[in-house]
Amino acid sequence: MQKMPAWADVVLIPLISLLLAAILSGLVILAIGENPWEALKLMISGSVGSSYAWGYTLYYATNFIFTGLAVAIAFHSRMFNIGGEGQAMLGGLGVAYVCLFIPWPHWSLALIGATAASALFGAAWAALPAYLQARRGSHIVITTIMFNFIAAAFLNYLLVNVLKPMGAMDPATAKFPAPTHLPSLHDILGAFGIPFSKAAPANVALLVAILACVGVWLLVWRTRLGYEIRAFGHSESAAKYAGISPTRIIMLSMLISGGLAGMMAINNVMGEAERLVLNSTEGAGFIGIAVALMGRSHPLGVFLAAILFGILYQGGAELALWTNIPREMIVVIQALVILFTGALDNMVRMPLEKLFLALRRGQTATTAGE
Amino acid sequence: MSTPAIELKGISKAFGPVQANKDISIRVMPGTIHGIIGENGAGKSTLMSILYGFYKADAGEIWINGKKTEIPDSQHAIRAGIGMVFQHFKLVENFTVLENVVLGAEDGALLRPTLARARAQLKKLAEEYELNVDPDALIEDIGVGMQQRVEILKSLYRQADILILDEPTGVLTPAEADHLFRILESLKREGKTIILITHKLREIMEITDTVSVMRRGEMTATVRTADTSPPELAELMVGRKVLLRVEKAPARPGDKVLEVRNLSVTDDKGVKRIKDISFEVRAGEILGIAGVAGNGQSELLEALGGYQSATGTILVNGQPIDLTGSKSDGRTRRDRGIAHVPEDRQREGLIMDFQAWENVAFGYHHRPEYQKNRFLMDHAAMKADCERKMERFDVRPPNPMLLAKSFSGGNQQKLVVAREIERNPDLLLVGQPTRGVDIGAIEFIHQQLVALRDQGKAILLVSVELDEILSLSDRIAVMFDGQIMGERMPAETTAKELGLLMAGIRGEAA
Amino acid sequence: MDLMTFLQLGDSTFRLSTPLLLACLAGLFSERAGIFDIGLEGKMLAAAFFSGAIAFVSGSVWLGLLAGIGASLALSLVHGLASITFRGNQLISGVAINFLAAGLTVVVAQDWFGQGGRTPQLAGAARFQNITLPFTEQIGHVPFLGPVYVELISGHTFIVYLAALCVPAAWWLLFRTRFGLRLRAVGENPAAVDTAGISVVRLRFVAVGICGVLCGIAGAYLATALQAGFIKDMTAGRGFIALAALIFAKWRPWYALYACLLFGLLQAVALRFQNINLGGFVLPVQFMDALPYILTVVILAGFVGKAIPPRAGGEPYVKER
Repeated sequence: MQKMPAWADVVLIPLISLLLAAILSGLVILAIGENPWEALKLMISGSVGSSYAWGYTLYYATNFIFTGLAVAIAFHSRMFNIGGEGQAMLGGLGVAYVCLFIPWPHWSLALIGATAASALFGAAWAALPAYLQARRGSHIVITTIMFNFIAAAFLNYLLVNVLKPMGAMDPATAKFPAPTHLPSLHDILGAFGIPFSKAAPANVALLVAILACVGVWLLVWRTRLGYEIRAFGHSESAAKYAGISPTRIIMLSMLISGGLAGMMAINNVMGEAERLVLNSTEGAGFIGIAVALMGRSHPLGVFLAAILFGILYQGGAELALWTNIPREMIVVIQALVILFTGALDNMVRMPLEKLFLALRRGQTATTAGE
Repeated sequence: MSTPAIELKGISKAFGPVQANKDISIRVMPGTIHGIIGENGAGKSTLMSILYGFYKADAGEIWINGKKTEIPDSQHAIRAGIGMVFQHFKLVENFTVLENVVLGAEDGALLRPTLARARAQLKKLAEEYELNVDPDALIEDIGVGMQQRVEILKSLYRQADILILDEPTGVLTPAEADHLFRILESLKREGKTIILITHKLREIMEITDTVSVMRRGEMTATVRTADTSPPELAELMVGRKVLLRVEKAPARPGDKVLEVRNLSVTDDKGVKRIKDISFEVRAGEILGIAGVAGNGQSELLEALGGYQSATGTILVNGQPIDLTGSKSDGRTRRDRGIAHVPEDRQREGLIMDFQAWENVAFGYHHRPEYQKNRFLMDHAAMKADCERKMERFDVRPPNPMLLAKSFSGGNQQKLVVAREIERNPDLLLVGQPTRGVDIGAIEFIHQQLVALRDQGKAILLVSVELDEILSLSDRIAVMFDGQIMGERMPAETTAKELGLLMAGIRGEAA
Repeated sequence: MDLMTFLQLGDSTFRLSTPLLLACLAGLFSERAGIFDIGLEGKMLAAAFFSGAIAFVSGSVWLGLLAGIGASLALSLVHGLASITFRGNQLISGVAINFLAAGLTVVVAQDWFGQGGRTPQLAGAARFQNITLPFTEQIGHVPFLGPVYVELISGHTFIVYLAALCVPAAWWLLFRTRFGLRLRAVGENPAAVDTAGISVVRLRFVAVGICGVLCGIAGAYLATALQAGFIKDMTAGRGFIALAALIFAKWRPWYALYACLLFGLLQAVALRFQNINLGGFVLPVQFMDALPYILTVVILAGFVGKAIPPRAGGEPYVKER
């Protein structure tokens, strides 16, 4: 017997958790002498109030869709991939190599090449932690954290000592050549006669992200591999009994996870910066954790949560611009979302379960009385 | 009449929607051994865990030695003189025996004086009750029989007057069980009160003074053991008359389906679990493997099922199968006509958080009938298949969309058996087919196994329930310490002879 | 390398090892009790800010230290609530705490001091001063041993000596007392502790509390001793290096000391030498930065002895049904 209806699990609990995170965030804003209500209004108008605002919101959301899907697919095989940040950094490296050193005739071909390279580099960075988990039982959480730091040092080294153009001051690659520049939403929507802000960075990578959502959904819920990944995630012992190889599932799910995290680079590196800079990921790999938790590891949920975090990011930037609320407020909100939807899940769940149980008892009692 | 050592009045306890104990009352006199018997899931362990303060009752009172006592946690139970030996021992594996004994009963903030006193005390208890254990051995290095002694010592060290034992003989050989019963008798002579939880009628008849029967969370009767009989107790447990034997025609064995030669298995820790065993199973017969849990039966099933690497030779229909490497997995075995009902359906046989229709394809999910095309699975076909199997095996409720964990034990097991039998395998491996299954489902599952045999299939049955082995098998092999101690025909052997073999004692030596 | 360079390197190693050691021991108490803590970083960061801020406002480093411990304890309480009371995922809780600290410290710092997420410079009694041990005058002249005593052993802040004392204290507490026995037991098999009549929840909260206090001291050290004030993200991954050291040390106090000294030495070398020339081959400074993490992966991979964590670690305790 299920303790409560499915809709409560999928919709009600995340909403309540979100509300709690919002209330606490409001209290923090209140504590630093700002008006939470005004802040909220400013955030919303700044993130969805104009096509310029939407352009930024969707740009951030694109990053978070990729990293959120990455964490989500790993969750399905009960792997906690905290390494999205490092994998996305390496994805950026892949994009940089492909864009700088291959003479692409057209952006569409460059996009395909860059997508493949970013996924490959991201997956490669996840491969060793995955292998060590599968074969040597090294805890994937710790190894992926370590790999984030190693990736940062590695990229730092490459950008400072190897990839930086002669004579340049800041540690970054050269600008990518023009044929690799991706069309922005302004260009795409313009083709259909829809006006959209020219300045905003949202670009064609958003469509790739949406495709990735569909792809992950098909993979997890419609293919044999997805079936095996979920089976393994629920019960390793049962998977072994059924002839599902743990090594294969851990490797594949982590490679796909790393690949998705790496693919973020087609948005931030190729689509926006058009060169690889230090710390290009800006923590998006970690936000993927919050997005996957809120989205209950379902691609649709991840998509919605990513949009929400896009709003939060863009809105937060606006707040920092117009009020005394610093940009780090976003990090606080992000932390509270992770805390309530992830770690404190039971705090919301247990009273709700009791409530539903009591409701059902009441119902059966009335039926019996009749 | 003296006051009862323990009196429970109107105890009720629910776990979410499940009512585990309903208004239970019970009296146990001091200096007696009181048995509590019932099927799996009848609520025996829950009731005793309440008495020990491990769970909190929703309603009811506990009286100890005529005094109403609140037991909100185990600390209070210990103070009231209650000790409990759980079915799954509560020991710290990498601590020594001594450290486990003193844990929670230390004399002061420093360990040294406590350990010194405990060492002396342990020596005294060992002499008094035949409870010898090396105090400096690590728990992970000693056998289950010894671990059980540590659990008893823990209670005695805390000066318990009331000792509760939950299914204490499940992991013991018959000889070890006898030793345990001798210990219990001597404790009783010292005036201690003992409660023995078991589902084995034989143990109740052998050692208890009074017995209570539980069924589906309720106490159905409390009687003096001398005034009752096994059939009467069985009927009280189940609520109706029970067929204790399975109707079946004599076997007509055909060709060899499974041949095992010199099979050995070494586990991850480097311990040899199966030592060079050989046997065969023919078409149209059931070979029963008897033995106390933990003597290599699980590893045998795992090796045959393809998820434990082994050395030696296994032939199926005369053809060898791979015992290690990438061709040795459950999927390859199924393709070779080996189906497997595993020992633990919750850990292995089913994904508890999958719906029934997903579970019915589990292990066979790569088969063509479940595929829509090269990439996607055919969910409609899987659901239809599940409905068919649920109907044929009378799974209740017959709803493919329910999660596996929301079915009762018996219906879960029917799902597994349906999945494996309906494949029409040449060889069926079955481990503990009726563990945690209600009597109705037991009868049904036994009938299905016999029917499969009569279709000319080979069946390897592993069970720790000697009665099940005796009533189903056409041939019986007994495993002890990773070896096969001998083979017997059911008609030509007795439970006693098998019991000796299970303890590693061959007929001629006994 | 002359003696002076050697001594300076050693001196700097001690300074840099101290926060690692305190955080590592903090993690040791928590994880030995079965509560994984990847939130060491966040607790240190919160403590660094609040100690720096209160020390600046009050002018007393001791009040700062208390405030740091308080902040760290508050986050410990959150971690305990999530992972003990509500049986949530300990890793996710740790991640949340790290972000909470990273965000809140800057938000509050900006509100209080308006200096872009930092505290003003600390000076005088608002900082821990170096302590000169007795007899430096007399021993200083002795060749070799004299300079070692004066430069290496003497002249650190109070917290450096405190951290060193924490090692034998932790060992004694864990292996020689009733509390230690119970703490280790609850990390291995909480059911054994529960059925022995001891509260698993209380025991684990105490462990998490100790972890909070030690992290608080570590954070306060960063802002009020190692440096003069709080700056944004000043922990710079030290919480994770401490975690790495804990695995390196296989959850044992004395080994924790050695591991932290090693990682402190790596940091000291990276700070002093930047790129190291190994006869034709240049070891880039980034490699030195990454070395603790690389070493941890090697250890985790089990190539240098297997690191077996406490058995009940990471799993919330639920009475079986």
